[in-house]
Amino acid sequence: MLEVRNLSMRFGGLLAVDQVSLDVQEHEIVSIIGPNGAGKTTVFNCMSGFYSPTGGQILFEGKEIQGTPDYKISRMGLVRTFQHVRLFGNMSVVENLLVAQHRHLNTNLLSGLIKTPNYREKERKSLDRAAYWLNRVGLLDLANRDAGNLAYGQQRRLEIARCMVTEPKLLMLDEPAAGLNPAETRELNQLIISLKEDYRVSVVLIEHDMSLVMEISDRINVINQGRPLASGTPEEIRRNDDVIKAYLGEA
Amino acid sequence: MQDLLYFIQQLINGLTIGSAYALIAIGYTMVYGIIGMINFAHGEVYMIGAYTALITITGLATLGVAWLPLVLLIALICAVIVASSMGWAVERIAYRPVRGRHRLIPLISAIGMSIFLQNYVHLAQGSRNMGFPLLIEGGFRFGAEDSFQTSISYMQITIFITTLICMTALSLFIARSRTGRACRAVSQDLGMSNLLGIDTNKIIAATFVIGAALAAVAGLLLGMYYGSIDPLFGFIAGLKAFTAAVLGGIGSIPGAMLGGLILGVSESMTSGYLSGEYKDVVSFGLLILILLFKPTGLLGKPEVEKI
Amino acid sequence: MATHNIKHALFSAIITLIISAPILGLDLESAGTELKLTGASTSTLVSIVLAAIVVFLFQTFRDSIMGALGQMPKLNRFADREPMPQEKRLKLENIFLIVLVAGALLWPFIASRGSVDLATLVLIYVMLALGLNVVVGLAGLLDLGYVAFYAVGAYTFALLSQYFGVSFWVALPTGALIAALFGFLLGFPVLRLRGDYLAIVTLGFGEIIRILLNNWTSLTGGPNGIGGIPDPTLFGMEFGRRVKEEGNISFHDFFGIAYDSTHKIIFLYLIALVLALVTFLIIRRLMKMPVGRSWEALREDEIAARSLGLSRTGVKLSAFTIGAFFAGFAGTVFASKQGFISPESFVFLESAIILAIVVLGGMGSQFGVILAAVAVTVLPELAREFSEYRMLIFGAAMVLMMVWRPQGLMPMRRIHIILKKQE
Repeated sequence: MLEVRNLSMRFGGLLAVDQVSLDVQEHEIVSIIGPNGAGKTTVFNCMSGFYSPTGGQILFEGKEIQGTPDYKISRMGLVRTFQHVRLFGNMSVVENLLVAQHRHLNTNLLSGLIKTPNYREKERKSLDRAAYWLNRVGLLDLANRDAGNLAYGQQRRLEIARCMVTEPKLLMLDEPAAGLNPAETRELNQLIISLKEDYRVSVVLIEHDMSLVMEISDRINVINQGRPLASGTPEEIRRNDDVIKAYLGEA
Repeated sequence: MQDLLYFIQQLINGLTIGSAYALIAIGYTMVYGIIGMINFAHGEVYMIGAYTALITITGLATLGVAWLPLVLLIALICAVIVASSMGWAVERIAYRPVRGRHRLIPLISAIGMSIFLQNYVHLAQGSRNMGFPLLIEGGFRFGAEDSFQTSISYMQITIFITTLICMTALSLFIARSRTGRACRAVSQDLGMSNLLGIDTNKIIAATFVIGAALAAVAGLLLGMYYGSIDPLFGFIAGLKAFTAAVLGGIGSIPGAMLGGLILGVSESMTSGYLSGEYKDVVSFGLLILILLFKPTGLLGKPEVEKI
Repeated sequence: MATHNIKHALFSAIITLIISAPILGLDLESAGTELKLTGASTSTLVSIVLAAIVVFLFQTFRDSIMGALGQMPKLNRFADREPMPQEKRLKLENIFLIVLVAGALLWPFIASRGSVDLATLVLIYVMLALGLNVVVGLAGLLDLGYVAFYAVGAYTFALLSQYFGVSFWVALPTGALIAALFGFLLGFPVLRLRGDYLAIVTLGFGEIIRILLNNWTSLTGGPNGIGGIPDPTLFGMEFGRRVKEEGNISFHDFFGIAYDSTHKIIFLYLIALVLALVTFLIIRRLMKMPVGRSWEALREDEIAARSLGLSRTGVKLSAFTIGAFFAGFAGTVFASKQGFISPESFVFLESAIILAIVVLGGMGSQFGVILAAVAVTVLPELAREFSEYRMLIFGAAMVLMMVWRPQGLMPMRRIHIILKKQE
């Protein structure tokens, strides 16, 4: 469903991403791994429309989307999280999920001002959907807290829930396990697999935590210094000499 | 022939005003380059420089000092000292305490500062125009006696040369001196410079002070050139200079010079061929157009949004 | 610590002297074509020196003073209290609003004619500030040219009445819609600019509008302005002594009472009151609607908001247009109240005053903004000897508020949507 072909991104004199390609099929978890500064997040920023790549193509369901504004890409069903959690900290947990559903609530101003039955119905539905996802990620009891006051692991889960209420086709997670303890990481594993199995969402994952990646990925792409290094199943990657060298070299 | 002379006259007038704009624009561009914020009170600092110069000139005349170079030198020194102190105070009061807060906050405090300073001078010196004596008189004339003559006044030449000297000195200072190097380092990466032991607070204050000093020079020159000043004198000039800075690429010093000259020429062409009333409209229109189509300006570097 | 502090304090004191002595201590006076320089009065000189001494002392004992100030909140008994539950707060707010409106309704019958007129002006500022509050407080966009939309509203009414004889009631929505259109057209290209660029561009736009009004003499009358703007009518009843338009009847004839010019002033006041109330209620409703949440989301974290499919320009544009709409509203009322408008009324200073109201009241807080609007317009009238210091004080207050209390006098309290427990 998603295909990245020879993606390049240049900042001034720096070629941050050089000819990276990858593809994601329906209901698949694909990971992008690589040492720090390898250009993983830049690839994400291009895919989610925050950057306009300087070369290459990104196809989503057969349509070229490189250079499309970020919010339009999100509306097509490609939704992402951020390496450093980005919540609306002064809004309550449930309100974070309501903001994400603004499209489902897209009624005109007038019907909201006079509270037409249709408007109320939509408000109620989006609250229900928010409640469903809060329950799913175990945050229902905290629904009316300020999002900024949640513990770190809870914030991560809320960010994923916030993506899921938009009913995405493809979820892009930027280091979702960063800063989580082993127990939380296991929970996260379960959650990501369930997103794929139960909600039929494809997932692209950037991750440092090798155990997480190896366990849940269907396929893995390794990039190093902006260039593609290897790609394949977790088994293949584990045995790839270049990958081992790059990682040992870094360590 | 006459048309050509008229055109040249507009060009000369434009370049004169433009180089003075460039002097003021340096203050915007340097501060922006380092802390990424617009110094909204800069136009007021410039206005205060002009007032100080006028007060000094009048005072010296009362005392009977008449030797022109001495009068100008003392006026310049006084204006620079007062305006630089003002620049320092602005940074200290309206910027430093709110640095690092939400973007809107330093912006509002700076606008408050600008309103405060305008009214401070208004209350202290009245709102009327003050006649500014033209101390440098005379000039060259070209063209036939009986038709349009292009003239370059000594005042215009003075403005040119002073700007040139200031710009060269500034470039050398930035390129060679310790403080200049530190300035460049801080504008590259403030946090890192801090770690490397550069006193970033001092450097930020220094940019406000340098910008203010140059604005004071412009205040003296333009005060004399226009022949009168009032407390609102800085508001429009500040906007113009800001436009010049953006036009040239905010953060870039040669850009400020280029932007100032382009703006000055387009303004004087508007006054010369259209109507003086619309020259402000032209410069604001120009500002809006640049921001829309090339927000990095002519010589600026593109900014990458950090995600 | 001591020597460093004293050095710094001395430096600060000298700077204080340098920036105040020449400007405050020496007065320029034009005598004919010559300029004369006179020393200021002794009291001014003494206060300059005093100011330097105060700065010196403050900087020397800065640490202990700031420490003492740090203790201050403990003196405030309310500081540590738990914020009251939302339901209770909303109930209190509603009671407060009802009392406020009831008081405002009684006002014209107890106050003098001049006070009612002033109150109308206050209400116009309330409308303006509530509108700007949407742009600055809720959407986080600094608009320094807000007065332009106010001017558009006022001039729309003035021109429509001059050329087409349009009445107040037709002009009111038209003026607001045209102002909103201007907001939309300006906002569309500029709203993707960063905050400080946006501030400058809106400032430039405000100036352009004013310069155009001033110079397009054939249409707007230039600096002479436009006069003879009609008063509002009440169901076709006019408030003048004599009926201006054929077929209309005058208010005092209809009710068979003696003509009194205060009727008109009271009527205008009541219109302004209703409109201000409508503005308040609409904006309060908007804050709870998806569009209000989008403003908030975009203000808090633009990148996250965009990643969720919120269009940056679209969301900002809605705030900008709505803000302009209410400015147009206020402009029409203002034109009608004055009966005469000129570019003089729409200078940058007005934008600055409205911004000061929003900032002092607490960005985003509607009650705060209303109280600040009352304070900022009424206080200078009460203390006329201080009125020339008005803008000086506003400027200083804006700086001090940002340094010490950026949330304003009455900080905004969001109305949260509560998710009720479900089975």
